[in-house]
Amino acid sequence: MNAPSLETPNPWLLAPYSVQERKAETADTATIVLAPPTGHPPLRFEPGQFNMLYLFGVGEIPVSICGDPTDPEHVVHTIRSAGRISAALGGVTTGATVGVRGPYGTGWPIEEATGKDVVIVAGGLGLPPLRPVLLEMLRRRDRYGRIEIIYGAKSPRDLVYYDQIQAWRARSDLRFQTTVDTAGPDWYGDVGVVTTRLPDSRFEPKNTIALICGPEIMMKLAAQALVQRGVDRNAIWVSLERNMKCAIGLCGHCQFGSDFVCRDGPVVRYGTVERAFAFREL
Amino acid sequence: MTADSASPDVPLHLARHPFFRGMDPDFVARLGAIAYERSFEPGAFLVREGDPAEEFWILFSGKVAIEIVLPGRPRTTVQTLGSGDIVGWSWLIEPFISRFDARAVKATRALGIRAASLRSLLNDDPTDGYHLLLRLLPVIAERLENTQLQLLDLHGA
Repeated sequence: MNAPSLETPNPWLLAPYSVQERKAETADTATIVLAPPTGHPPLRFEPGQFNMLYLFGVGEIPVSICGDPTDPEHVVHTIRSAGRISAALGGVTTGATVGVRGPYGTGWPIEEATGKDVVIVAGGLGLPPLRPVLLEMLRRRDRYGRIEIIYGAKSPRDLVYYDQIQAWRARSDLRFQTTVDTAGPDWYGDVGVVTTRLPDSRFEPKNTIALICGPEIMMKLAAQALVQRGVDRNAIWVSLERNMKCAIGLCGHCQFGSDFVCRDGPVVRYGTVERAFAFREL
Repeated sequence: MTADSASPDVPLHLARHPFFRGMDPDFVARLGAIAYERSFEPGAFLVREGDPAEEFWILFSGKVAIEIVLPGRPRTTVQTLGSGDIVGWSWLIEPFISRFDARAVKATRALGIRAASLRSLLNDDPTDGYHLLLRLLPVIAERLENTQLQLLDLHGA
C-alpha cells in the first residue's frame, strides 16, 4: 500500500476516538479498544500497519494496530509504558478520547505467503503487531502450509495476550511455542532466547515465509538463524521501529538508510535491510 | 527416578541422537556399551550444583530446567533442555563439580554415561576425545552466546 501524502485528504487530521475498553496485559503494558466517532468511516487496515495516537495535551506516538482486520469498528492497540506519552496512553480510562490518524505504512505479505509454510517470530511487544496477520491467516487457514509461532519474552509475567495464547496453543493447525529469558520454579514452559526454539520448528525452508517483530537485535539474530536453516533472505520480513513523527514520509525523523520507516516500512524484507542492521549509526 | 537399565537398544539410540549422529560408529558403539537408560519423574534432579559431576546425560525426551539457586532469591531457571540436547560438561572439566542444578520439569528419558569411564575412554584414544570435543564446543559456544543475549535483556529494551 502507498503511504498517504499531502495530496490525499487531511493526512494530519485526527479523528476523536473513544476508549471502549482497557485491559492490563502486564505491569507496564495495556491493550485499549477504540471506537470511531459517530459517522466516521471504519478504520480498515492491513495487518502490520500503524496508527498515530494522540492524547490531547500530552503528545502523539505511532502504535501498531493489533486488532482483527475484519473488525474495523474496534481499533485495538497494545501499548507498553516506555515514556511520558505511552505511559499516558496506556493508562487511559474507558470513555476517554484519543486522537487517531492512520493507518500508515506497509503491511505483512499475506498474499505472498499463500501456499507456503509460515514462521512467525515475536519478541516482547513484537507479538501485538503480528496478531492481526495471524488472525487473518487463521481465518483463511487452508491457504497456508504449516504455521509455526515462536514468542519470547523477558519473563512469564511479561507475556501479553495470555488467554489468546492459550487458545492458539490449543489449536491443532498451528504450533505456538513460548519461551522466556528467565523464570521461577512455577514456570513449566521453555526458557531461553527465541532462536533456541527454531531447531524444534517444523517448516520447509525453501517454501517458507517468515515474519519477525521485536527488538532489532532479536530480529537480526532470528533472521540469521532462519537464513542458516535455508530460508531465503527476501522471504523473511521484519517490522522496523523508528522515531516516527509525521507518518507520511516528510519530516525525516524515521529515516533508515535511504528509506523512511513510516512510508517505506515498517514491514520490509530482511534482504533489503540486512546490511543496514550492521551499522550501529542507523 | 527409575533404576538404570542396560537395554540392547542403547547403542542404537545413542547413534541416532543428534549429538552423536555422524560420529565414528566404533566410538559410538564403545560409548553405547557403557551407557544406560534412566527415566526421571517431574521434579527429580539429574544434577545438583556442588555435587561431583559423575555422569554425562544425553536427553531423548521430556524437559530439563537448568537452575541457579541464590541465597534469599527464588530458584531461577536460566535455560530449558529437551530431546536432542545434552546436559552440561562439568564431567569433563576439573575439578568435576556440577555448577548448576538440572531438574526434570516433565517426565524425562535420558541415557547416562559414567564420567570416569568416559574420561578413561577419551584418554585412551585422544582422537576420539578430540572428536567428542568438536561436538561439545559448539554446544558450549551456543549456550554462552544465548547467555550473553539473555544478559542483554533484549525484551526489556
